[in-house]
Amino acid sequence: MNPLKSIFKKTDPYFQSQGRFSRFKGIYLATRTFFFLPSPVTTTAPHVRDHIDLKRFMSFVILALLPVTLFGMFNVGYQYHGGNATWIDMFSTGAGQVLPIILVSYGVGFFWEILFATVRGHDVTEGLLVTGLLFPLTLPPTIPLWQVALGISFGVVMGKEVFGGTGRNLLNPALTARAFVFFSYPVSMSGNNVWQLSHPGVDALSGATALSLGGTGEIIQETILNAGFSLDRLFFGFHPGSIGETSALLCFVGAVFLMVTRVASFRIILGGIAGVILTSLVFMVLPGPKDTWFSAGPLYHLFSGGFALGISFMATDPVSAPGTNSGRWIYGFFIGFFTVLLRSVNPAYVEGVMLSILFMNIFSPLIDHVTLKITAARRIPNV
Amino acid sequence: MSEMKLTLKETFFRGIWKENPVAYQVLGICSALAVTVQMKTAIVMGIALTVVTGMSNLIISMLRKKIPSTIRIIVELTVIASLVIVIDQVLQAFLYDISKQLSVFVGLIITNCIVLGRAEAFALANDPLPSLLDGLGNGLGYGLILVAVAFVRELLGAGKIVGFSVIPQSWMDAGYSHMGLMVLAPGAFFIIGLLVWLKNSLPGASREEKTAQ
Repeated sequence: MNPLKSIFKKTDPYFQSQGRFSRFKGIYLATRTFFFLPSPVTTTAPHVRDHIDLKRFMSFVILALLPVTLFGMFNVGYQYHGGNATWIDMFSTGAGQVLPIILVSYGVGFFWEILFATVRGHDVTEGLLVTGLLFPLTLPPTIPLWQVALGISFGVVMGKEVFGGTGRNLLNPALTARAFVFFSYPVSMSGNNVWQLSHPGVDALSGATALSLGGTGEIIQETILNAGFSLDRLFFGFHPGSIGETSALLCFVGAVFLMVTRVASFRIILGGIAGVILTSLVFMVLPGPKDTWFSAGPLYHLFSGGFALGISFMATDPVSAPGTNSGRWIYGFFIGFFTVLLRSVNPAYVEGVMLSILFMNIFSPLIDHVTLKITAARRIPNV
Repeated sequence: MSEMKLTLKETFFRGIWKENPVAYQVLGICSALAVTVQMKTAIVMGIALTVVTGMSNLIISMLRKKIPSTIRIIVELTVIASLVIVIDQVLQAFLYDISKQLSVFVGLIITNCIVLGRAEAFALANDPLPSLLDGLGNGLGYGLILVAVAFVRELLGAGKIVGFSVIPQSWMDAGYSHMGLMVLAPGAFFIIGLLVWLKNSLPGASREEKTAQ
């Protein structure tokens, strides 16, 4: 027998319900699961009708997020050097800025997770692996680390643990954390401007994001183009923005991977894209202002801001999304609808993705309830 | 229930901690959100509500054998409304600035569930002295939560305690900034929720007794 395995076999009895250290069972199980695949199946939601368990489920999401994360690091460096450096230089500069944010997010997040697991006696779950990575991706690269720590604490405790832990949360914890930082420290997070990493001695560069443009009297598409945000630049992601949101391409690649492996519901993602396209087309036709995002059209709405990241990885969180198939279409569609609505007609929040996903999270139990009622009413009575 | 005959001391302290109107009965939340941005307003509001609850309990308890039960709510509201008008006038006369900040919320004490709740639940069935103590205890319990919430919100949201800055300039230079969420109403929701959680997990909390019964 492998020596590591025999260590676990020896220590195992201490952590069982009668053992001396049964209080720390959660930490013990998490350590053991880290090395060996556990044989028992999950006892907490999300339950998926498949043979994959929560660990595999979450590692697929991490896999899908890896390209986005790596490109995010690269892009931070790319913006810092203005593109005039070697690939290695740009990547290492970006990684030096982004890795501490991710480490703080994981470290503080796991502290709360382990604390609650120990006190409440539930297992340390893998959900935090995703939350702890998603949250940094929604932040600007210049965010102070203490705000990252406060944000992830709020997301894990108020967004998840007060409801009873993984599988019982009403809201997506990563977005709850972002919403907390967004409303608490608007100076570091404002949606109008974007904070780039800048050279020491120079004031932090802050430029307008594509989403805050408009209102100049010109046609909106021309305003966006003149500011340097061509469609392909927005699509590939070589523009300043939050760490993970810039590349719509890589977000959608991750989404396709998750849809093919059936980890994420394709109904939510396609519903969301349909929502954005339909709503922005309707707005284009309506007699609204031609110089704001009201009439920017579907492509700009799809590729700019955090929509690609949000619909691929946040809206598809299996816990906070509806469980019925027709409900998922409705849920996705309204996320797209509210995103375009907020961007177009609410000047206070130029980026509506976070708020529309959180808003629809609140409604997902109701959507489930109504769709189940309708399905039950349509069923032929069992006579 | 065996605790039908409470001692006067118990009657008074029950409202302050064990059956605290905000943290245990979850009453009076609306004004707890509105006036807790600063400690100054929270303290004044707590005192105002304590006076109103105590006096209305006393008066209603003295009148309780004369009030016809069919119109008791109207009579109770008349008593409470008169007291609130008196309080409002006193505040406007002596604490004009704070009265301006509290604006409509002093007048809204009339509709505060705690006042009418104590009148209905306690004063109508008990003697004047216990009723007075019960009203004062509940008012102080409300004030206690208000001040606790306002302390956290003012400290984190504006870096002040009762109007005095306590965050040293060196912190601000090092990158500290105030938590904007605490100035918004949702901040009060989170703080009240956390306080209820804290209170229920402390030993001697009433929830455990309730489940044990």
